[in-house]
Amino acid sequence: MKPPRLLGRRTAGLGIWAVLVLAPFWMPLVGGYTALGTRVLVLGLAAMSVNFLLGFTGVLSFGHASYFGLGAYATGLTLKLLTPSTPASLLMGTLAGGLAGAILGALIVRRRGVYFAMVTIAFGQVFYYIAFRWNNLTGGDDGLRGFARQPLHLGGLTVDILHDATAFYYFVLVCFALAVGLMALLLRSPFGRTMLAIRENERRARFLGIPVERHIWIAFTLSCVFAGLAGALYALLNNFADPKTLHYSLSGDLVIMAVMGGMRRFWGPLLGAAVFVVLQDFLSSVTTNWMSFVGALIVLVVLFFPRGLLDLGPVRGKA
Amino acid sequence: MNVLEVQGVSKRFGSLVAVRDVSLTVGQGELRAVIGPNGAGKTTFFNLISGFFPPTTGTIVFEGRDVTRMPAHRRVALGMARTFQITEIFPELTVFENVRIATEVAAGYRLRPWLTPVENAELRRRVSAMLALTGLQEKADRLVGELAHGDQRVTEIATALATEPRLLLLDEPTAGLGDQETYEVTQLVRQLHRDRALTIVLIEHDMRVVFHLADRISVLDQGTLLAEGRPHEIAANRDVQSAYLGKAA
Repeated sequence: MKPPRLLGRRTAGLGIWAVLVLAPFWMPLVGGYTALGTRVLVLGLAAMSVNFLLGFTGVLSFGHASYFGLGAYATGLTLKLLTPSTPASLLMGTLAGGLAGAILGALIVRRRGVYFAMVTIAFGQVFYYIAFRWNNLTGGDDGLRGFARQPLHLGGLTVDILHDATAFYYFVLVCFALAVGLMALLLRSPFGRTMLAIRENERRARFLGIPVERHIWIAFTLSCVFAGLAGALYALLNNFADPKTLHYSLSGDLVIMAVMGGMRRFWGPLLGAAVFVVLQDFLSSVTTNWMSFVGALIVLVVLFFPRGLLDLGPVRGKA
Repeated sequence: MNVLEVQGVSKRFGSLVAVRDVSLTVGQGELRAVIGPNGAGKTTFFNLISGFFPPTTGTIVFEGRDVTRMPAHRRVALGMARTFQITEIFPELTVFENVRIATEVAAGYRLRPWLTPVENAELRRRVSAMLALTGLQEKADRLVGELAHGDQRVTEIATALATEPRLLLLDEPTAGLGDQETYEVTQLVRQLHRDRALTIVLIEHDMRVVFHLADRISVLDQGTLLAEGRPHEIAANRDVQSAYLGKAA
């Protein structure tokens, strides 16, 4: 009944997990370092959250840095002002992203296409300027400092994720796995199929009985929850929340990662994030103009792999 | 009880009146054809019934319930499904997935994050039954965007049927199809009407199809209802002849 390619995909999924789980062992051998791997996971999760909308609901958000950045700031502020607990700060960051997404999403779900993208940018910049201006709370242009991730207490066991980069990598990997697992579950669910239906043909979806705006709102909110979690992890990774994490240029980077990796593929944005982050890390040590090289790469990918690096085969689905 | 009662609906777009004071009643199990020259307002009329947009004036009652201002997706839940003149499908999903989505929504599962194995098995059984009814079993795993035009049209009808309608609205189901495909779609519509006593309203250009299928025919011309009656009455109607043949001749 099932076409055989699904078996291939399952093997590929196992391969990806193997690569991720073993990253702290193989990365130093190829000149990488563990924090770089953590960065790939965090930005990969953020790009996957963008793609949850772009690739699977057909809605382009150019403002996901807002929810990512809010997650980062909420996490930092929780650690700094409320409680020195890593799980609590993660929860607050995730909730901040999701809550902002739920509120703003309700205001924008009636927009479509470029208008949707424009409004998401506009709201995103509001948060950026608040963080930029509100010096007392956010540290303004300098960013939010004065907090650090705290050791984890698992029963009687204490894991020092602050000083042990490998331990922190695995902590992020567990969070990543939970989030990505939830994403995969949702995409295979009846609700996930209504998202695909909206992507494929909004009119048909509506006339099959799907309240399209409500479903886009739910998908948007879920996506912002994932983006908030990624932002929270980013703040923990750097022990710092940067106003740049709220800026729309990061929103653009996330979209680029998703498109470059392959927006119709579940793992595409992670690959895109890996290429982007590693190139950035490597090129920015060589030249300050690293972005022009990344730009050239994007042009090549779009020309030769219009469906992203993960989709090398011919374009399907066109008669 | 009448399935559909349309009372004096009009639709105005700026200065253009696309539909003017049209009333129409469709009884249980009836197959009604709506015909008329190009630009007569047939599709606009369909859009009013199905909730694509609300009428400027008038009321629309479905199974005794006023649905005039009800959003489209709720009309579907009440049992009103439609197809479009230009086929509307999910091109990059398989035939099975197209029908499956409609079936899941009809089953009330659209917000569910998962299904139990029992629910899933029952759902697959229903999708398979729908594919068998519409003759699409062989193509279940094909992407709809890769199918021939006629099969895409049948897939769209199958998804509409999967919502379990008690009123099916078909907007030119044979438009753009070859003779063989037209025959197959016509046979499907006739089967739904005869074997399942489904109430159907269809817009159609192909007069062979109309006179072959319809119990009654409503003729629209320039937004107004020109005539209504049994096929032989319509064929003999002088107003209809001049509206149609006057242009054709």
